[in-house]
Amino acid sequence: MLQIDNLHAEIDGTKILNGLTLSVNAGEIHAIMGPNGAGKSTLAYVLGGRPGYEVTEGKVFFRGEDLLAMDPHERAAAGLFLGFQYPVEIPGVSNIQFLREALNAQRAARGEEAMTGGDFLKLAKEKAGLLKLDMEMLKRQVNVGFSGGEKKRAEMVQMGILDPQFAVLDETDSGLDIDALRVVGDGINAIMRQSDKGVLLITHYQRLLEVVQPTHVSILSKGRIVKTGGAELASDLEREGYDAVMAEA
Amino acid sequence: MTEAVLLPTRKDEAWRYSDIDAIQDTAPETFEAWEDIRVAEGETWSDLIVIDDADGLQMRRLRIALEKNARAELAALVAGGQLGRLEVVVTLAEGAHFELGGITLGGGDTTREIVTRMAHEEPGATSNQTVRSVHWGKGTGNFLGRIDVVRDAQKTDAAQSFKGLLLEKGASVNSVPQLEIYADDVQCAHGATVGQLDESARFYMAARGLPPKTIRRLLVQAFIGDATRELADEATREALLEKALDKLEERA
Repeated sequence: MLQIDNLHAEIDGTKILNGLTLSVNAGEIHAIMGPNGAGKSTLAYVLGGRPGYEVTEGKVFFRGEDLLAMDPHERAAAGLFLGFQYPVEIPGVSNIQFLREALNAQRAARGEEAMTGGDFLKLAKEKAGLLKLDMEMLKRQVNVGFSGGEKKRAEMVQMGILDPQFAVLDETDSGLDIDALRVVGDGINAIMRQSDKGVLLITHYQRLLEVVQPTHVSILSKGRIVKTGGAELASDLEREGYDAVMAEA
Repeated sequence: MTEAVLLPTRKDEAWRYSDIDAIQDTAPETFEAWEDIRVAEGETWSDLIVIDDADGLQMRRLRIALEKNARAELAALVAGGQLGRLEVVVTLAEGAHFELGGITLGGGDTTREIVTRMAHEEPGATSNQTVRSVHWGKGTGNFLGRIDVVRDAQKTDAAQSFKGLLLEKGASVNSVPQLEIYADDVQCAHGATVGQLDESARFYMAARGLPPKTIRRLLVQAFIGDATRELADEATREALLEKALDKLEERA
């Protein structure tokens, strides 16, 4: 589904990704782990198409199409969801309005009919329930006044509503307590663990991977993948630390 | 000998950022004419003013006298004219309240401005002014707000909030708060900021599938919505927002 080939990227002239190669097939949940500064968030932003993140070399194909040639909103319509480490507050815009416009913009881009207000509310209610987020929160302004944990749950409600083919989740576990971690992890499983979907799960810690069991684990260091293995690699990292495991690589 | 009536110039404080060229063909007497409104003791008055005719000078000048405990609420959209200008002078008696929700919009090389003067002449009166300006092209938005509080007008509470949003390089906004306070027990808050559409919000919204045009509409709508929030009358609130959004649609 997602093929990243020899990706190089920089921000303000500073090289962050240095020849990253990775592929994720349908049905896979591929965890990316790595120390701070390895380029994890940069990878997420480059895949999402954030302005200022310049790709200098390499290619990315998403469901057979050139992802890097698409604008950010076109990537979303093509089925890519980017879960933010720090979800953005948008004063004056309600979650309901934001998500309904987003969903219908995606549907329009795919040549599908717009969803009616009633159907949308039903869908939003179902996904909010899945993430144990009070429906009242969705009537409020986007992320404004939300706690760290609420922002992450709202992020997953958005994912549930938009129902992407592929999710890039950037440290979705940061800022979550144990209970919220389980709710969010269960949400990811319910929404994305399907034979026709894929996930790139970027995380610093192993704890989310206990709830969302990955099919693959890769270690990112200095802008490239230095080791790939199964779920056991995450346990090795937790036990031995990045330095020891990367030294073996 | 009668004194010659002159056109305003930039030397007049209230015309400092105005488009003086746009008024050269105007009869000088125009600048002496006022619409007078008096709100009787304890009464409430509200109005929506929309300035949106296209050409030349489009100006409204209101003089509002608020008697004891009267309340006036003005919703205003200045989105017309080479020079679009709303002037409001309010005199507040004891316990009166004046509320302004103002929006200026404009591109090209237009100037759209709101010029106010609050005269707090008796104790315990309050005024609140919220103005939001969205400009593009080489458009200019101005808010000049003067607040006079006389010596006896203790417990005055007068607030001003101005924010400018520049959609393109070349557009500009000016805000001049001018406070003359001769009483000692008063609150006069004023704030002004100028900015562009938030880049991180734009990317966040794009990542959810919203095209740039929709993103701009939602963010601009949220921005000008501020100006309507304090208006008590829901119909006025909605009418102001709707008129402003229609104007913005014309631009797109």
